[in-house]
Amino acid sequence: MTRKQRRGALIGSAVAILSLAAILVLFAFKDAIVFFHTPSDIAERKIADGTRFRLGGLVEAGSVKRGEGTKVSFTVTDTLKGIPVTYEGVLPDLFREGQGVVTEGKLTTAGIFVADSVLAKHDENYMPPEVAKSLKARGVKLGAGAEMPPQGGN
Amino acid sequence: MVIELGHFALILALVVAMVQMVVPFLGARWRDTRLMAVGEPAAMCQLLLVVAAFLALMHAYVTSDFSVANVYQNSHSTKPMLYKIAGVWGNHEGSMVLWVLILSIFGAAVALFGTNLPATLRANVLSVQASIGVAFLLFILLTSNPFARLSPAPFDGKGLNPILQDPALSFHPPFLYMGYVGFSMAFSFAVAALIEGRTDAAWARWVRPWTLLAWMCLTIGIAMGSWWAYYELGWGGWWFWDPVENASFMPWLAGTALLHSALVMEKREALKVWTVLLAILAFSLSLLGTFLVRSGILSSVHSFAVDPERGLFVLAIMVLFTGGGLALFAARAGSLRQGGIFAPVSREGSLVLNNILLTTSAATVLIGTLYPLLLESVTGEKISVGAPYFNGTFGPLMLPLLIAMPFGPLLAWKRGDVKGAMNKLVPALAAAAVALIVTVALTVQGPWLAPLGLALGVWVMAGAISEPLLRAKLGSAPWDEVRRRLANLPRASWGSALAHFGIGLMVTGIVATSAYQTERIVVMKPGAKIDVAGFELQFRGVSPSKGPNFSEQTGTFDVTRGGASVTSLYPSKRLYDAPPQPTTEAGIFNSWRGDLYTVLGDPQPDGGFAVRLYFNPLVRFIWIGALIMFIGGGISLSDRRLRVGAPAQARKMSTAVAAE
Repeated sequence: MTRKQRRGALIGSAVAILSLAAILVLFAFKDAIVFFHTPSDIAERKIADGTRFRLGGLVEAGSVKRGEGTKVSFTVTDTLKGIPVTYEGVLPDLFREGQGVVTEGKLTTAGIFVADSVLAKHDENYMPPEVAKSLKARGVKLGAGAEMPPQGGN
Repeated sequence: MVIELGHFALILALVVAMVQMVVPFLGARWRDTRLMAVGEPAAMCQLLLVVAAFLALMHAYVTSDFSVANVYQNSHSTKPMLYKIAGVWGNHEGSMVLWVLILSIFGAAVALFGTNLPATLRANVLSVQASIGVAFLLFILLTSNPFARLSPAPFDGKGLNPILQDPALSFHPPFLYMGYVGFSMAFSFAVAALIEGRTDAAWARWVRPWTLLAWMCLTIGIAMGSWWAYYELGWGGWWFWDPVENASFMPWLAGTALLHSALVMEKREALKVWTVLLAILAFSLSLLGTFLVRSGILSSVHSFAVDPERGLFVLAIMVLFTGGGLALFAARAGSLRQGGIFAPVSREGSLVLNNILLTTSAATVLIGTLYPLLLESVTGEKISVGAPYFNGTFGPLMLPLLIAMPFGPLLAWKRGDVKGAMNKLVPALAAAAVALIVTVALTVQGPWLAPLGLALGVWVMAGAISEPLLRAKLGSAPWDEVRRRLANLPRASWGSALAHFGIGLMVTGIVATSAYQTERIVVMKPGAKIDVAGFELQFRGVSPSKGPNFSEQTGTFDVTRGGASVTSLYPSKRLYDAPPQPTTEAGIFNSWRGDLYTVLGDPQPDGGFAVRLYFNPLVRFIWIGALIMFIGGGISLSDRRLRVGAPAQARKMSTAVAAE
């Protein structure tokens, strides 16, 4: 093998692996991406039935109701619109009324969001950036606990 | 007083770092030995000053000096001593001081042990290392001063986030930072080599042990974080493909590639340009990781509230060093002399394959992690890229890597023989086939791919064991000869065989626990019984108790198996006093077969409790595998060939053994 052929083999295999990776990435992006919406987004534009997405906002005060077994229902609101959510499972430690929350699942034709996961957080003051931003965009005043804290962190 | 001295020491460290950045660099340019000689004392001086600052901060934490804002925000007088000490780096400001401390330790190591390096190379390396120090010291002093005072001093502190009050997490940041910052050595050497326009085997011999050390620390640091997430967060999972996790995983992938390409460069003087590029990329990804975590720009389950201003500063540092490094590379890489040539099928060829696959997989992780940011800034759409993306891209790329892994060490340098290697690997293949048949026979449900995955793990492990045994001519030479050869194998060979074995073990654990996990989410009333993966669990109810700085509700499960008592598990829900935050403590029973994992949930109106019960088969293999990789790295590091300044003669001798 000449030096040129060797280099060709090397570059050829690198290109093959890179294109394989590119194909994998494109396929994965087609199926594996989950969009984030606020309750107002859902009211404003039609979301195809059965699409998985993330719904974020505040847990409306007084809306959390425990059902039979581990079923629980609550309303996610951005203070303009609210979407009823049902979830079956154990809620994360920091799930609380009035606090920011991100849930993932599907919207039924009846307008109820069936969540299969409620995202956990590590920090009481932490607000997912999507929620903080969309609430701010809608002019919602965040509670003292939800605001970005000054110097000194959490 | 101590605090002001600490603050002052940090400012002095910045001044010293500035001197160390400028003077040796000019010395190397003008070939002035006196100017170059400034580098070493400056590096030592910088280390002493940063140590002083770090100790001053630690003193404030240990004595609970709440007049210091940082201590007030993150500590509490009733907190156990371990967490007072770990609290120093359990927050943004303190963790950045730790970062700079580790950076200056590495800088001082070059000054101390680098006496056999060419004077100009050493001067340039110290200068580049100092420039990183200047950037981060400025960052601390301007945006994140840990020494700011409060007046009047509060009576008690706000406490450390309770989920961080955990032994594994206390040591997770130091190891992670040792890894991140350790790659700064490779970066400094790469930039110095580009400035000088030359690299040689001596360069690689220097870079490799430091990269190995950084890699070991990063491996164990990531494993600790994953282990902590597993038992502390109460979700039964060990890896979420979360942006913050990816932030530490990308430098690990690039560092692993660097480790292997530096090997080629050291032994064969090939892949020079590529190794230099990887060194720059590995550290750039570490900086990116720091940026992603410190800015909180990405939505993550591990995010803590952060200040966006600081994110911008870290972004600027990242752009400066990554951009500067890559620009220098573009301008100067052409001047690096090309080295030895090799056939595509050879040890070098296999390491190139390793490098292509590792860097490509790092790129897919990078794309998945940053794509949400990109899309939001372009279209305003908010998305998240979750586990399905990473499983669908990273997984298939790991497949060829794992299949090819046992072949690599069996191929000769320059020109290898795949058929010969295949013949040698027949026992490993047989082991994998047995594993395949056994798992297919034993498992009734689960994805059809899982037995293949388990067989792949066994293939990698058996291949790793085969390698030293084949070198010792097991089966073809008399036993005494085999023993003598095994005893004479260089430690680096043992190290790499162990590390590869650890990967195989980890793959086995990952596949088993992902494919065969049992999950039950139910409401149980006291006295109720349930079956989980062959165990019978009886719920005994919940009782309140009090800990040193928390109160808790503890549930009791009596576990039996086939009528015989196994253990009792006590999952609990804790409410910490300061800050008043609830946490979940899982009750875990571990055995070689797997972990029985119980989580206590909320009380229900009917007097029952929501509980989550898991059985995670072979899940321990994941962390044991990481630990074995760490130990393998350590054994390799102790090889005298890697010891800096080892006589060239000894090196020649052992390569002769290795080449047999």
